[in-house]
Amino acid sequence: MQAVFLVCACISILCVAVICIYMFAKGCPAIAKIGVAEFLGGKDWFPTNSQPSFGIFPMIVGSMYVTAGAIMIGVPVGLLTAVFLAKFCPKRLYKFVLPAVNLLAGIPSIVYGFFGMIVVVPFVRSVFGGTGNSIITASFILGIMILPTVIGMSESALNAVPSQYYEGALALGATHERSVMRVVLPAAKSGVCAAIVLAIGRAVGETMAVVMIAGNQARLPHQLTQGVRTLTANIIMEMGYATGLHYDALLGTGVVLFVFILMLNLLLSAVTSKKER
Amino acid sequence: MSYKFEIKDANLHYGSFQALYDINLDVPQKQVMAFIGPSGCGKSTLLKCLNRMNDLVEGCNVEGDFLLDGEDIYRDIEVTSLRKRVGMVFQKSNLFPMSIYDNIAFGPRTHGIKKKAELDEIVETCLKQAAIWDECKDRLKKSALGMSGGQQQRLCIARALAVKPEVILMDEPTSALDPISTLKVEELCTELKRKYTIVIVTHNMQQAMRIADRTAFFLHGRIEEEGPTERIFNNPHNEKTREYIGGQFG
Amino acid sequence: MNEQMKMTYKAHPLSFVMKLLVWICAAATVGVFLMLVGYVLVRGVPYLSTSLFSLHGTTDNVSILPSIINTLKMVGIALLIAAPLGICCAIYLVEYAKKGSKFVKAIRLTTQTLSGIPSIIYGIFGSMFFVTALKWRLSLLSGACTLAIMVLPVIITSAEEALKSVDDSYREGSFGLGAGKLRTVFRVVLPSAVSGILSGVILAIGRIVGETAALVFTAGALTKIAGLKDSGATLAVHMYNLSNEGLHMNEAAAAAVVLLITVMLLNAFASFAAKRIKKTSGEI
Repeated sequence: MQAVFLVCACISILCVAVICIYMFAKGCPAIAKIGVAEFLGGKDWFPTNSQPSFGIFPMIVGSMYVTAGAIMIGVPVGLLTAVFLAKFCPKRLYKFVLPAVNLLAGIPSIVYGFFGMIVVVPFVRSVFGGTGNSIITASFILGIMILPTVIGMSESALNAVPSQYYEGALALGATHERSVMRVVLPAAKSGVCAAIVLAIGRAVGETMAVVMIAGNQARLPHQLTQGVRTLTANIIMEMGYATGLHYDALLGTGVVLFVFILMLNLLLSAVTSKKER
Repeated sequence: MSYKFEIKDANLHYGSFQALYDINLDVPQKQVMAFIGPSGCGKSTLLKCLNRMNDLVEGCNVEGDFLLDGEDIYRDIEVTSLRKRVGMVFQKSNLFPMSIYDNIAFGPRTHGIKKKAELDEIVETCLKQAAIWDECKDRLKKSALGMSGGQQQRLCIARALAVKPEVILMDEPTSALDPISTLKVEELCTELKRKYTIVIVTHNMQQAMRIADRTAFFLHGRIEEEGPTERIFNNPHNEKTREYIGGQFG
Repeated sequence: MNEQMKMTYKAHPLSFVMKLLVWICAAATVGVFLMLVGYVLVRGVPYLSTSLFSLHGTTDNVSILPSIINTLKMVGIALLIAAPLGICCAIYLVEYAKKGSKFVKAIRLTTQTLSGIPSIIYGIFGSMFFVTALKWRLSLLSGACTLAIMVLPVIITSAEEALKSVDDSYREGSFGLGAGKLRTVFRVVLPSAVSGILSGVILAIGRIVGETAALVFTAGALTKIAGLKDSGATLAVHMYNLSNEGLHMNEAAAAAVVLLITVMLLNAFASFAAKRIKKTSGEI
């Protein structure tokens, strides 16, 4: 029976191995066929032209823009909410705020996308102009979507900071706020960094919510009110009908995304192992 | 003699539990006063009242008057400025996980000192005052948590000095230290009392005898006896003090 | 605010600003949550009609019932695969493996990696592996296998936590009575960890119900009740199609309501189960 358990325990290793092998074995030749430089650096994505070109640079930039936007919105708000939960929240209120955060984590991305479509897109259109399907809209929705990740991990990092640091700062005449922000928060640095890395991963990998609200134009954006296409959106929109080299190019897009996520994972384990030491 | 602290008819409750009963105590200027007594007798509790660290404890209720230079610390003085005037050194070193320099500079920065030159000077004087300058002058930018336990405790004292306090409260500062480090901290106390008023809680009666000018003996939340250290130890008036010092309990 | 606090904040206005900021951010988080739920409910509830739940979906009534049934099947199949595997993996990690060995570290690392992989990558992998290589075509089975891998880390981590929280005295007691390792695990450890494991499984159900990106290219988007080998859209995929076409926004909103309420209920159950584990382990 122990053998059965052992085999089951190998399943996650097996899955990761198979996924890696398949992604790279299928995706890398595709990239090679198009040419690495042309694929990664090419500014034109015209997969169905008679002279097709497969440059995913606009999508890389698009993913970077919306992720950066999401981080700029989600991290400060999430971090301060975590500070609130850990150090400011009256006990009675905690019972209401924490479930709200947890439920935010459970809401499906398609519902976020829908909310973005019916509420945020019209709002952005009327305030910033343009069609409303834009970098701003996508950043905003992604910013909300990463909140629970940022809040959850940061709060536990803050709670893990020994209370004597906080008391020490108070005893030197610092206010509650200064003690928390200048002593407790820096002491929770590595946990907060891990939370941010995780949040970046979530934002980069998010598909459904983004494809519904980001506009999906495969070109380099010049303004925040313009639409962008992310790597994930590129895959989900065209994979259904793509064939031949076009299909391969989409696999290649997947590989680029996959490599990026793997690198974030490495970064994450580096951050967390540093904390343990 | 002028008094730094005057405590009148103080009672303290943690929820329904009464931890201090009818405390009346005067702490003289620029002397070392020691609080002794068995554990749970309320000596640390009273100490923490003097810079209002008890405010952190939920359900803690303080009655009575605590006067610092005649001002009521629970009514007239704003709490952060009180803690600036009344510094504290804890039982276990609680240096922040930052560099030595940033640890010492935290207090002055908190109170609005921003200039680099001024901070440099404060850091140097405080480390010298705490007699630890030579040991850490070459590693000011390194993490303070890399120092030994005894060094860390003296750094804590230096950090407390950096906000230019009038009083330093010490809550069993040497209970986690080896004898040599303990000796160094004690020497420091004797040195510091020329400029500061010191109140120290200690388990160690020899320590009280070595460094304190006056000693208060606590039992079950009351001060049983208070007086010059020499008299308390050589000629206690109170029966319970005599038993405690004689080692019959505690 | 009492007099003392007023004095402090008067002396330190920046601290007061900080406090305000912290409260505002927390209010924003809760506010966004309430707004999201509120808008979806207001927009969708009026369109929850009986025709939306008719058994035979047409392009006219865009019934969501077939997709709900597909979702249930999907949950069933995916859990049938993922739950035993995940729980057995956790049992191995907690009861059998040497703590801190390289093997355990590898499992940790890969589990963490799995949980970080975005669902669209699972979708690509599933379409390459299950749909194409294994020739299962677009089917519930392909989709369920893909999702099973995706929810594996959720089940492993929560089951591991639950097993770890079982007090060692239980195990010793059982061994003391002469029970073997296996008997101890199944008769003593698992029953006392059941609510924690359950909470992880419920969370996994929530992920499956809400998943879209991994299913579009593995289970397809046909809106009819599907068998194991047929293509069929789950509720989330169906909702995506409705809102993507732009013709049935009202029905999409109604589907969003169903989805949202289901997922929120599941989450509530999961945290209820998680709370029970704390209580029972507290009593020990």
